[in-house]
Amino acid sequence: MHRASFPHPSHEWSGTSPLMGEARRGWGNPHSVRIMASSPTPRRIPWDSLAVFPFVIFAVMFLFLPTLSLFGAAFTDRAGNFTFENIAGLFTDQIMSAYWISIRISGASALLGALIGLAITLAIIRGKLPQGLRSAVMTFSGVASNFAGVPLAFAFIATLGRLGLATIVLRTLFDFDIYRQGGFNLFSFWGLTLTYLYFQIPLMMLTIAPAIDGLKKEWNEAAQTLGASTWQFWRYIGFPILWPSVLGTLSLLFANAFGAIATAWALTGSNLNIVTVLLYNQIRGDALQNPGLGAALAVGMILITSLANVIYLVVAARAERWMK
Amino acid sequence: MAAFLEVQNLVKSFGTNTVVKGVNFAFDKGEFISLLGPSGCGKTTILRMIAGFERPTSGAIRVDGDDITTLKPNERKLGMVFQAYALFPNMTVGDNIGFGLKIAGMGPEERRARVEEMLKLIGLPGFEKRYPYEMSGGQQQRVALARAIAPKPRLLLLDEPLSALDAKIRVSLREEIRAIQRDLGITTVFVTHDQEEAMSISDRIVVMNAGNIDQIGAPRDIYNRPATRFVASFVGHLNTLPETAFGPNRAIRPELFSLTPRPDTDTTLSGTVSDVGFLGSVVRLRIDVNGTPISIDTFNGNATAPPQRGDTVTLHLASKDVLTLGA
Amino acid sequence: MKSQKFWAWLVFGLGAAYFIVPLLATFEFSLRMRRGEYSFDAYASVFADPKFAASFSYSVIVGLFTIVVGMFVVVPAVYFVRLRMPWLRPFMEFVTLLPLVIPALVLVYGYIRLYGSSSLIPFTGSILGTDILLTCAYVTLAMPYMYRAVDNGMRTIDIGTLTEAAQIMGASQMRIITSIILPNILVAILSGAFLTFAIVIGEFTIASLLNRPAFGPYLVGIGTNRAYEPAALAIISFIITWGAMGMINVLGRFAPRTYARTD
Repeated sequence: MHRASFPHPSHEWSGTSPLMGEARRGWGNPHSVRIMASSPTPRRIPWDSLAVFPFVIFAVMFLFLPTLSLFGAAFTDRAGNFTFENIAGLFTDQIMSAYWISIRISGASALLGALIGLAITLAIIRGKLPQGLRSAVMTFSGVASNFAGVPLAFAFIATLGRLGLATIVLRTLFDFDIYRQGGFNLFSFWGLTLTYLYFQIPLMMLTIAPAIDGLKKEWNEAAQTLGASTWQFWRYIGFPILWPSVLGTLSLLFANAFGAIATAWALTGSNLNIVTVLLYNQIRGDALQNPGLGAALAVGMILITSLANVIYLVVAARAERWMK
Repeated sequence: MAAFLEVQNLVKSFGTNTVVKGVNFAFDKGEFISLLGPSGCGKTTILRMIAGFERPTSGAIRVDGDDITTLKPNERKLGMVFQAYALFPNMTVGDNIGFGLKIAGMGPEERRARVEEMLKLIGLPGFEKRYPYEMSGGQQQRVALARAIAPKPRLLLLDEPLSALDAKIRVSLREEIRAIQRDLGITTVFVTHDQEEAMSISDRIVVMNAGNIDQIGAPRDIYNRPATRFVASFVGHLNTLPETAFGPNRAIRPELFSLTPRPDTDTTLSGTVSDVGFLGSVVRLRIDVNGTPISIDTFNGNATAPPQRGDTVTLHLASKDVLTLGA
Repeated sequence: MKSQKFWAWLVFGLGAAYFIVPLLATFEFSLRMRRGEYSFDAYASVFADPKFAASFSYSVIVGLFTIVVGMFVVVPAVYFVRLRMPWLRPFMEFVTLLPLVIPALVLVYGYIRLYGSSSLIPFTGSILGTDILLTCAYVTLAMPYMYRAVDNGMRTIDIGTLTEAAQIMGASQMRIITSIILPNILVAILSGAFLTFAIVIGEFTIASLLNRPAFGPYLVGIGTNRAYEPAALAIISFIITWGAMGMINVLGRFAPRTYARTD
């Protein structure tokens, strides 16, 4: 799964910076919501509970129960008894290496996505580039962060495949064959990572933009009146303030890549043995010959993505504190 | 004596909009000057040009003889306090105050000593390890002040530093700022739109109107001898006197009326009381003099009760107190 | 200052290249169907394919249902939690976090196990049931974004104060909702709707595992059989997503604002 993201219009209202930025901001931060005094006359229709009912039902039926059922299945053997053998079954070469490759790809695409995304966002917001550029780039980021799966895979095949446009251009114009001389292969770890960047970088940009906006102009000016150069501002004030947000978004990007399947399926198919592909094949056709193991696999995935998100939450809350 | 802060023919235009229209002034070392005027008059722009955040379209700025017009903000050795405090949120109070010193290369021991000194000066001893978000607005602004003066700048700039604070804090803090400034003898430029603020703490006030300086002078002079109609009405209350009796463009301050004759009063007006405002030490009466509203301020007198609404009163004034307003 | 601008442009330029080149390459490839010259034959072929129309309209319809159901699930909940049950807020925030933590792949696995043909609530036992399940899955996927949009919209117009003002003037709950709340959050809802649409149109994992003829699986299928049509489809789907996002931007201009003008 990839995360869709909001584009970032310059208005606050539309919950732009993808929910992550905004959701976390609301997290644990008690809003001063008015609590209505309960009216003395009894209402005939219990609007309150009625209104929230669908939401709760939905949450239970389509989030809690399925997850719990998977957890249950992970600890159940074919006969229906409680067992650890499914979990134990995860520790085979095939599965462990699948997890490991997934972690590496997620880590690589998250790290690169974060660094590149940060650089581009800084360039747009603080690089004194034309104003309209930001809005256009943010909208594009919203689109690009959604552009995954077959279309994305195909776009990269058309660009960097053996007969891709860029491959051919590099060969004819610069006499450099990325496949033969560069040892590059699109259908590999780095090929997939490079492709993942197409939605990782925009996600980073959308999430970190509000944090960069939050770097008040006055801080820069105050630092300057105190004699600081641009570099000194970033070293003592700018980067330290941004750092928690960057770290948090890294976790977000990691979780995002970890759960992605469509692009990998379309690009590397079953050649690259990542966890999501493994699980997909299991669901499709019981590739592992063991539903319990499949559930265990899923549970393993949930644990990893949860961990990444918890890190994000904790770090974001810390950053919150400063900015009050 | 050569002026310490000199501004010559300073002009600032944004495209076709000229915000500062050729401004001149010169101030001595140690003076506390306010730039006073309504929003948009150019006062903040001038301050920012002195600080280096706006480049003048033309003109020169000199501090202690040095032409700083083209210098970058971080080369000017000035101190600045912002309306929004602008304390660095990721640093403690101690680190904030010591920041300018650190940049200047001062060693940690020296820095610590100076930070302690500053904290004592602003009345927050022991606050070194606090973070900005743990402090009130007034405290943050004081820390901002300490941060600005710690590196011993030759000029201190304050951009509406009190506007974001509660009324009571505003009054006590402005007096503190003035006291510290006097102690240290730093030449200070203070921007505000609040005339009471400017009047109470400045040595001299620069009253600005739409990009031009209308008057420069000590608070007393500005108040009692306003140069233009704008200055007269912007600073303090102004009563426009009826043309028929006094001629055109005549006005007088509310406290110069009295309800009983004084040795120097030579003219009278009579009218009916339309409103009585009891402001504590001052009683403000609104009087209808044949259609012209006049407001007069008298002190609260324990013995005599103020007039009531509807009473007819006679106002005594001295002709010498009548202001003839310029443009 | 000058050097800063240079680096900024350089970084931006490289970034732009990375994002634009693949699109150009895809577009160029999609024009190569006819041997020897550029043409829109691939696009013509796509539009002529009955499965394109079928799967696209299927996804559109599912998308519309998703939006409607999503609205009914999210909007009243957000409103009443803001107003009367703020203690439920952490629960809501947690719930809307889950679809982002739990990968869609895992979710659909759970659905198949839980609502398979041999279970208590056999969604997948019938085609209609599976369609319903698909819609609910999409609502779940889109929920965080829908929630964020509506919540922010309500926060910006300070729904609490508006409701109090209306109540003092004697308005009934129903009237408050229809005359005051809904018009003001319409833009927020539409925003969430467009984003939901973008998600649904491109989705592959859930649709393929539930075996429904949606646009996502169609794209994958074409990819395995044809050469030029996938490129055309990639461009088409990109344009559609761009359109949806652009609409959100446009809508942003019509958002109600509550801050006063400064004098």
